[in-house]
Amino acid sequence: MDKIPILRMGPFLLVTIQVDLYDRLALNLETDLVNMVHKTGARGVLIDISAVSIVDSFMGRILGNIASMTRVLDAETVVVGMQPAVAITLIELGLSLSGVYTALDVERGMALLQTKLGSDDELIDDDADNPE
Amino acid sequence: MLITLNKDSIAITREQDVVPLRNRVKEVAVKIGMGVVNQTKLITAASELVRNMLRYAGTGNVLIEVVSRGRDTGVRLTFSDKGPGIVDIGLAMQDGYSTGKSLGLGLPGTKRLVNEFSIQSTVGQGTTVTILKWKNG
Repeated sequence: MDKIPILRMGPFLLVTIQVDLYDRLALNLETDLVNMVHKTGARGVLIDISAVSIVDSFMGRILGNIASMTRVLDAETVVVGMQPAVAITLIELGLSLSGVYTALDVERGMALLQTKLGSDDELIDDDADNPE
Repeated sequence: MLITLNKDSIAITREQDVVPLRNRVKEVAVKIGMGVVNQTKLITAASELVRNMLRYAGTGNVLIEVVSRGRDTGVRLTFSDKGPGIVDIGLAMQDGYSTGKSLGLGLPGTKRLVNEFSIQSTVGQGTTVTILKWKNG
């Protein structure tokens, strides 16, 4: 059975999708990722789709699901590296990927996750300072 | 007049067949010199239709044709299955409508991605969807 590897990188999980996805593989990734976030307590998930040549409505839904599920587990998901043709196709198809953070490449995605993690910590500090 | 230059057919029996189908469609599209954006739209459309076929009919067949009309060259794909058929095509073509658990973007979304789209369905007999994408369309 094919499997997409999930790499741990500090407080984040890194996934680079290098193969063509069929539905079962995408569903397995969804489950594996959510389990990994739970197990490792990761605060962020970065999914690199630069090698993915098509994202259809099913794949788009999986990305949205991953983002919502990880958010419930207190982690943010950023999708990076989408090819321009894929972006054009997704929008024309009618899929806006709402609720999914996106960044141009891995570097910017990492920076975005770090900012999210940073601002979260500040928020916790603020709450501690001003109990209401 | 539409002329078929080349044809090929692929049987779809299981989920993994989607990958070789996408590759085959891409190969054909590249061969006629279709641009990357149009290729992506065509392959995405094919992927949506194959998913419908697998979900509702289980198996089916895809005919891949290179067609030409005047100076235009394009790829025509015909998806035929012997599934339960679609009761109300008008409804199925509406954005957001789905009898399954999908987002309901499959058919209307696919139509937006291609130049020509036609669907015939008879309840209890099956469904045939034909899409055509021109090289420069």
